[in-house]
Amino acid sequence: MIEVKEIRRSFGPVVAVDGISFNAGKGDVLGLLGPNGAGKSTAMRILACFLRPDSGTATICGYDILRSPIDVRRSLGYVGENVPAYNEMTVGAFLNFICDVREISGKDRKRALDRIVPMCSIDSVYHQTIETLSKGYKRRVGLAQALIHDPQVLILDEPTDGLDPNQKYEVRQLINKMSKDKCIIVSTHILEEVEAVCSRTIIIARGRILVDSTPEALKEKYRCSLDEVFRKITKTKAA
Amino acid sequence: MNSFLAVFKRELKSYFTTPLAYVFLVIFLFFSGYLTFKDGFFEMRQADMRVFFMNLPLLFVFMVPSAAMRLWAEERKVGSIELLFTLPITIMQAVLGKFFAAWLFLTIALALTFPMVITVCYLGNPDIGLIITGYLGSLLMAGGFLAIGCFFSAVSKNQVISFVLSVVACAVLVFAGMPTTMSYLSMFLPTGLVSAMESMSFQTHFESIQRGVLEFKDLSYFVLLIIGWIAACCIVLEERKAG
Repeated sequence: MIEVKEIRRSFGPVVAVDGISFNAGKGDVLGLLGPNGAGKSTAMRILACFLRPDSGTATICGYDILRSPIDVRRSLGYVGENVPAYNEMTVGAFLNFICDVREISGKDRKRALDRIVPMCSIDSVYHQTIETLSKGYKRRVGLAQALIHDPQVLILDEPTDGLDPNQKYEVRQLINKMSKDKCIIVSTHILEEVEAVCSRTIIIARGRILVDSTPEALKEKYRCSLDEVFRKITKTKAA
Repeated sequence: MNSFLAVFKRELKSYFTTPLAYVFLVIFLFFSGYLTFKDGFFEMRQADMRVFFMNLPLLFVFMVPSAAMRLWAEERKVGSIELLFTLPITIMQAVLGKFFAAWLFLTIALALTFPMVITVCYLGNPDIGLIITGYLGSLLMAGGFLAIGCFFSAVSKNQVISFVLSVVACAVLVFAGMPTTMSYLSMFLPTGLVSAMESMSFQTHFESIQRGVLEFKDLSYFVLLIIGWIAACCIVLEERKAG
């Protein structure tokens, strides 16, 4: 479902993503791991067609990110790092706007909203403006926005950042529940999250892929916790 | 098309969900009325709206950029531009959606000056054709200013900077055609250049429409101006959306 071929992107002299390639299919929950500034968000923004790569390309659900960005965006759900939204809108108005853009109307819209609102537990804040919501609720609204069209591919940039332990648990449950029939990419630097949800993990530092493996295989190979594995890999290999 | 409509609807609603629309409308209506009566509406003893339309360019120089400055600067500052351009929307659809929403908002503001029309009709027998072309010219001018404001709003993340830049750009285009500027420039510039500047000015084309003559060259001036600035806005956004 996702094929990434040698994407590269720099901002002035800084190379953010330096020739990343990987594939992911249905049922995969791919964890992008890496220290801050490793290039995780840039890579995800390129896949969501927000940024153009300097070179290389990727296909998502058969659509090329350079040639048919609109089709790519139609088939994926994306939640950015800071969960951008229109703060002056109410949750309901915001979700209706997303439905307008994604051309979900009539009965389909009602069905989509009836499914997504309880699923993301945002019933109680449906009529509240987004700027008055707590961080946890904002994130859930972001998730609802990304899931409303039931996309095949989901790209989540640090989906549990700033959530309390209960909310983290809920989001992870949600990801696990959806993982069977979707392809999900999650970026994070919380290692317990990788163990909790990811079927595969890619460790990135300085824009390059250092490891592409499963969390279990990594622990087996290095015979220590994921925390230590992460430290060993990012400090020795990236240096 | 649907994405365009979605952006258009959201943008228009967002004017009215924040106090912006109401503050803008009150100030615009107050000054459009105040300037008209201050400049001798009654003393002229003529039932027409010439004084009203004459003051509009000056008012628009400040008011239109204030309605346009948030269009893109705010999206970029808050980061919602990342949401917008990861939805299936092209840059062109988003820019046009926002532009037309803002233009409709300015149309509403202009429509709310209807008491002026009623006043003039009550006091005498005005030439309705002149009033209609006056409003049409004002609308086109608002569209032109708005396209400029839209461009500068995409240039900077800071709303104040985009406001100041668009006020300056609009003011240059208005004042280039004022008789005082023209006579000053003709002291040291060749006549060809001065008349070229005059034909590039808002003022010249606006006045010509106001006289009740709808000429192709005036209409095409505004249409080209709008298309040009909107196209520039799309290019700048493509470059800077992630900056």
